Amino acid sequence: MLSTSKSQAKSQTLAASQTDALASGTSRFAPALFALLFGSFMILGVGFANSAAIHDAAHDGRHALSFPCH
Amino acid sequence: MFARVTLTALAAGVIAGVFLWAAHMVLTTPLIQAAEVYESASAHAAAPGHAASEHGQAASEDDFRRHGLTLLMDVLTGVGFAFILSGLLSLTNLAVDWRNGLLWGLGGFAAFFIAPSLGLPPKLPGMETASLDMRQVWWLATAAATVAGLGLIFLSGTAVLRAAGVVLIVLPQVVGAPGMESAFEPGGVPAELAARFVIATTVATGLFWMVLGAFSGYFYNRFDQNRDYDNG
Repeated sequence: MLSTSKSQAKSQTLAASQTDALASGTSRFAPALFALLFGSFMILGVGFANSAAIHDAAHDGRHALSFPCH
Repeated sequence: MFARVTLTALAAGVIAGVFLWAAHMVLTTPLIQAAEVYESASAHAAAPGHAASEHGQAASEDDFRRHGLTLLMDVLTGVGFAFILSGLLSLTNLAVDWRNGLLWGLGGFAAFFIAPSLGLPPKLPGMETASLDMRQVWWLATAAATVAGLGLIFLSGTAVLRAAGVVLIVLPQVVGAPGMESAFEPGGVPAELAARFVIATTVATGLFWMVLGAFSGYFYNRFDQNRDYDNG
């Protein structure tokens, strides 16, 4: 009796973890894409924007990070 | 998942950004300011970053503003790269801690510093070459191709895709950066200063990526609610 309930609990846990794995596959993609796009946008702004004000503020950092400058 | 990725990027990015600023203040900014003495009075000379250094109160206030802006930009750079890195960590879903985070960081150093610098070495003010647009395009294409190439080599698992990864990494270098033909002409900055600058930027950026990678791995692991990664 005890062992049956144990195995039931085990199979429930297994099913739950499989559902988790499926859910994580889809729910992982959107945050990952958001982070990649947002990070790229920030780097383009800091390192590559041609605005004179941004260029002057970022000048020393751009040279030191080997971003093309001037 | 949004919280995990975002918190990882913010925490690791701010720490690495402040570290980058400290490294810049010690290693690279003194060389940039020394090189500005040699920079010709061209169109850039009007920019605040290039103002001829004057001794006294005005100069120290300028320096305060200048280094403050560098801190802001270095932190934004750290957070930007941290978002890219944590996005890749989330996408690949591999087990990660600070140790293999360090390896991810070295990958970022290779893609965003070493590969672009092979064609476009770090330059001091006054050492200028090809048009800015062309260099920016080549830089971004090289970084993107190197990221994709490293991904194929380390994560694809098949020989054909690994070979394709090597091709992706080598291709931008074979095509060559714009302005390579003038790379060996003497510029307006002393060679000793330029050489020290290349070493200083390489050390500062390499340490920055190691700090960023290690802390990204640490926080990404720490903020894991479910421990749902599959060990790749």
